[in-house]
Amino acid sequence: MIELENVAYSYGGGELLTDMTLKVAPGSFHFLTGPSGSGKTTFLKLCYGALQATAGHVRLFDRDVRGLSRDDVAVLRRKIGVVHQDCQFLDHLPVTENVALPLAVSGQDPDGAEANLKELLAWVGLTSRADALPPELSGGERQRAALARAVIMSPDVILADEPTGNIDWEMSQRLLTLLVELNRMGKTIMIATHDLGLIRAAKAQVQTRVLRISNRRLQMAGADL
Amino acid sequence: MKLDLRTAARMLQFDERADRVVPPTGFTARLTLFSAFAMAFLAVFALALSLAAGRVADRWGTELAQSSTLRISAPAGEVAAQTEAALRVLRTTPGIVDARALTLDEQRALLSPWFGTDLPIDDLPLPQLIDITETDEGYDAAGLRLRLAAEAPAAVLDDHARWRRPLIDAAARLRLLGWASILLIATATATMVTLAANAALAANAQVIAVLRLVGAKDTYIASAFVRRFALRALTGAAFGTLTGIIALMLVPSGSDTAGVLTDLSIQGIGWVWVLLIPPLSGLVAFVATRYAAARVLEDLA
Repeated sequence: MIELENVAYSYGGGELLTDMTLKVAPGSFHFLTGPSGSGKTTFLKLCYGALQATAGHVRLFDRDVRGLSRDDVAVLRRKIGVVHQDCQFLDHLPVTENVALPLAVSGQDPDGAEANLKELLAWVGLTSRADALPPELSGGERQRAALARAVIMSPDVILADEPTGNIDWEMSQRLLTLLVELNRMGKTIMIATHDLGLIRAAKAQVQTRVLRISNRRLQMAGADL
Repeated sequence: MKLDLRTAARMLQFDERADRVVPPTGFTARLTLFSAFAMAFLAVFALALSLAAGRVADRWGTELAQSSTLRISAPAGEVAAQTEAALRVLRTTPGIVDARALTLDEQRALLSPWFGTDLPIDDLPLPQLIDITETDEGYDAAGLRLRLAAEAPAAVLDDHARWRRPLIDAAARLRLLGWASILLIATATATMVTLAANAALAANAQVIAVLRLVGAKDTYIASAFVRRFALRALTGAAFGTLTGIIALMLVPSGSDTAGVLTDLSIQGIGWVWVLLIPPLSGLVAFVATRYAAARVLEDLA
């Protein structure tokens, strides 16, 4: 599904990540931890092809990213739902159109998927906010809208970068519940976070694997988590 | 991002939802519309100038190419004899179809624009003019001059070439300048659209990032910008062309003295060129925006 083999990433003359090897199994639930600036976001970007590794191999769905064109990577990315901390919406479009954006860019008719879209908005609790513009949403609503957008194409993998960074505890629990639910549906989840409370709450619900980036390398986290 | 006919057609295909992903940008929209309007307006004039110059060059070339004039300037008593001698020489010269001495009335008509119709021409020592019509191949002017010098020494041959050539050259050069202006206008349009597209793409870097995040291909992203700019250029150019045509119609015409300035109009096949200005402007904008989009998307990758 997602496979990294001796991957390194350098930027501006310095090596940010080195010798990273990981095989993400289908249906698994991963947490990625590490101090701020350790390279969690960079690691996730490598995992969905937004960045090219400077050494080693990244394979997405058995295809080496290095040999792919940007358009090929774009097509592969449709199988990976991404939730960013800052969500990244088109602020001039209402929530419904933002959530349906992956359908539009992949050439599917969002009108044909209207029922699914409504169901999805109801699932994330945003039915009443469907016509609101992203700047009008609260932090929690934005995260849930981003999650809805990430799953609308029914991707195999969902990557979330600090999804609870800007929201309160109650809202982060609600978001976690949605992610756990997706994992139980067979989706592979990887969450980059430094919120240990979130990791503990998830461990109480599903089997998780916790990875830590330390000294530019990927390690299995200790039993204290 | 490759560009073949299918990709180009897909880029131009109307897709309301795809067009909405790029927020409306007032400044670049107005800039593109105005540039296309102004450039199309200027293109109409450059085209009219070029076509008018071409018509004048053709007309002068055709009208004067196969005719010459012989002037007999002799004392009053010798004019008739020298005219007769000159006509004999002309009629036996290869390459001359016809040679005819102008009547007094015809000579009066030639002078009337300057002296009026009541000129007592009989009392003036006017030279006798002989109108020569040539074959397509023409005659040997140098040889004819030698023969005339021997048989009608008062005859002066004017084969029009001396003053015709520079006029035709000037008209041809004016036509070339017109086309060069059109080329410059197209280049300036492309440059301005590229600048506006670059500004729009740079201002929408965040939009591009979101589209990439959700799996949009470069072609999809570029299309949203390309369609918008091509349509703006097409609209602006259509209005510019229309305004140019109306302005041309307001230029006074002078059918009697048809020259470049008084014949600045679009005629016949020229309308095809004029009607091509808006779609060509759209095409220029399409290519320019696609080029800008490819470069910006590469930089943002």
